[in-house]
Amino acid sequence: MTNIEPATATPADAAETGPDAAPVRSGWRSLLPTMTPWLAVGLVLVGGITLFGLLGPLFTGDPRQIRDIGLTGPSAEFWLGTTQTGQDVLAQLAHATRGSLQIGLLVGVLATILSAFFGIYGAYRGRFLDDAFSLFTNVFLVIPGLPLVIVISGFVPRESRGLWTIAVVLAVTGWAASARVLHAQTLSVRQRDYVAASQVSGERPWRVIVVEILPNLLPVIASQFVFAVIAAILGEAGLSYIGLGASNSATLGTMLFYAQNGFALSLGAWWWFVPPGLTIALFGMGLSLVNFSIDEVINPKLKNLRQHRRRARRAARLERELARGASRRTTAAKESDR
Amino acid sequence: MNYFLRKLSFYAVALWAALTLNFAIPRLLPGDPVDILLAKLQQRGGTVTPETRKAYALLLGGDTSDPLWVQYWDYLKNLARGDLGTSVSYYPAKVSDVILTSLPWTVVLVGVATVIAALLGVLLGAIVGWKPGTWLDSLVPSTTLLAAVPYFWLALILVYLLARVLGWFPLQGGYDVVLTPGWNGEFIASAIQYGFLPALTIVLASIGGWLLGMRNMMVSTLSEDYILTAEAKGLSPRKILRSYASRNAVLPSVAGFAISLGFVVSGSVITEQVFSYPGIGGRLLGAVTNNDYALMQGVFLFITLAVLGANLLVDLLYGLIDPRTRARA
Repeated sequence: MTNIEPATATPADAAETGPDAAPVRSGWRSLLPTMTPWLAVGLVLVGGITLFGLLGPLFTGDPRQIRDIGLTGPSAEFWLGTTQTGQDVLAQLAHATRGSLQIGLLVGVLATILSAFFGIYGAYRGRFLDDAFSLFTNVFLVIPGLPLVIVISGFVPRESRGLWTIAVVLAVTGWAASARVLHAQTLSVRQRDYVAASQVSGERPWRVIVVEILPNLLPVIASQFVFAVIAAILGEAGLSYIGLGASNSATLGTMLFYAQNGFALSLGAWWWFVPPGLTIALFGMGLSLVNFSIDEVINPKLKNLRQHRRRARRAARLERELARGASRRTTAAKESDR
Repeated sequence: MNYFLRKLSFYAVALWAALTLNFAIPRLLPGDPVDILLAKLQQRGGTVTPETRKAYALLLGGDTSDPLWVQYWDYLKNLARGDLGTSVSYYPAKVSDVILTSLPWTVVLVGVATVIAALLGVLLGAIVGWKPGTWLDSLVPSTTLLAAVPYFWLALILVYLLARVLGWFPLQGGYDVVLTPGWNGEFIASAIQYGFLPALTIVLASIGGWLLGMRNMMVSTLSEDYILTAEAKGLSPRKILRSYASRNAVLPSVAGFAISLGFVVSGSVITEQVFSYPGIGGRLLGAVTNNDYALMQGVFLFITLAVLGANLLVDLLYGLIDPRTRARA
């Protein structure tokens, strides 16, 4: 999983490579984002929720177990209360988080592969193929995704609507925007001399793409992958909420579906419908914050701006202190004159 | 080729692709609508004879004995006449009539909400980006939370807080049911009151993207030479902000309208479900649960048409406000 490499960089790692600690950054290290408070927040959010989804189901009980204490608020025994049929909301949340992460990852990988194929290969080959791929991409971009997904899911009978079906449908409707980004980036990389050199020296096209072009696109691909994961989790949650998700799956969307159908809203059971959505929102926010840092790798101008701003703030502070010191000196001088 | 001609032809291709997709989806997917409907009938205890099967097939218009290209041609011909078939769930209403009664609700709701979100977001983004590094600017990353919130969940939260706990707004619906729809003050006031929460949901969920995009463009525009020149000329900061920086920074936001509109429409389809809003999203979901395939396809077609039309409009407008796009063509 080279894609999520920037996201899994440990804080200590990134701090070492910060601008102050190591002025010269070389090779692969320059692909890692620098540590900022917001990146730390993002990593903690993403890491925490991922751990919760991975390990949570091991510690919580059976999410489907029915008890005779329906719709009780958070308590010492059930931290997030119970559902209408007395099921443990925390246990459901842990299993649902795992399900949502699973589909997010699956769709993220599929969509990234699709967008890489149409974006990079099309831009590399150029001419007619490029025009055709671009047209194809733009058409998919303007056709609204979710209504299409709803129609497709509506036609697939419920029994055959498995995890993979939903994943493929979400990937097919969600790759176009990243393909356009990758297309633009590939066009600029393709112009560079070393690419021409390797072409002239008789390298095969796939080798030029994989060895010469792809490494330069890694940060862009990583950022598009992160976007695809967010979009997939959101899209799946929407589909499941309206009852069109994968059958027999437990995701955050299906939790909201059951909460809605169990009248959680009109009964005021906020502990039932708030946690699933909040988990999605916080996970998405964490990924977006990580993406900001990846953006700084792609576009160093953004990083210069941040560092410039920090230096400007420091300079302003120094100036104020100097001014204060100077005024103190002048008043002291005046007093000694007297 | 002329910029406008090129845009028009692109949208013609996109339209054709959408129509063809709409034709192909039921024929490519494993489930046969007739089988699904017959299975439902059997579950309810009905008897299925070959005649029933034939009747259903005729009702759905899927007389599969014709070769594919004949079906395709008939489909296009029917579309050109505006005939989308008959709705099963609103029998005997025609699909186009069902859609036309619910379309204005969605168009007004999504349109107004999108315009408000875009204006507010661009304005706030311009103000925040004008002075990068202030405390306001350092809060910008927190808007990603808004962008990552599922629309329908935000709607649930708003309904819970503002409608159920505080009781400021009605829980659901599009207007007070005791009123008859029409162009009178009372009805419009009721529609605004009922539409406020859905609109607020869309605005809140989509404003973050506009704000962030505008802020980033603003920051990079400020380092341009013409801004320096304007400052050196001694123009007032307000004038530089208004006529120099914002006007150039807003262009990508306009160009990015296409992608954002798709997101908003997708989000509002499910949001309508939360509010039981009488719009087109509710019709689409109703059609899916009732296996009303003709209505389902009709709604998809209309949503796609609306999105394509809005994008075409924005693209043409973009050609007018940014002469460079026309020159490059």
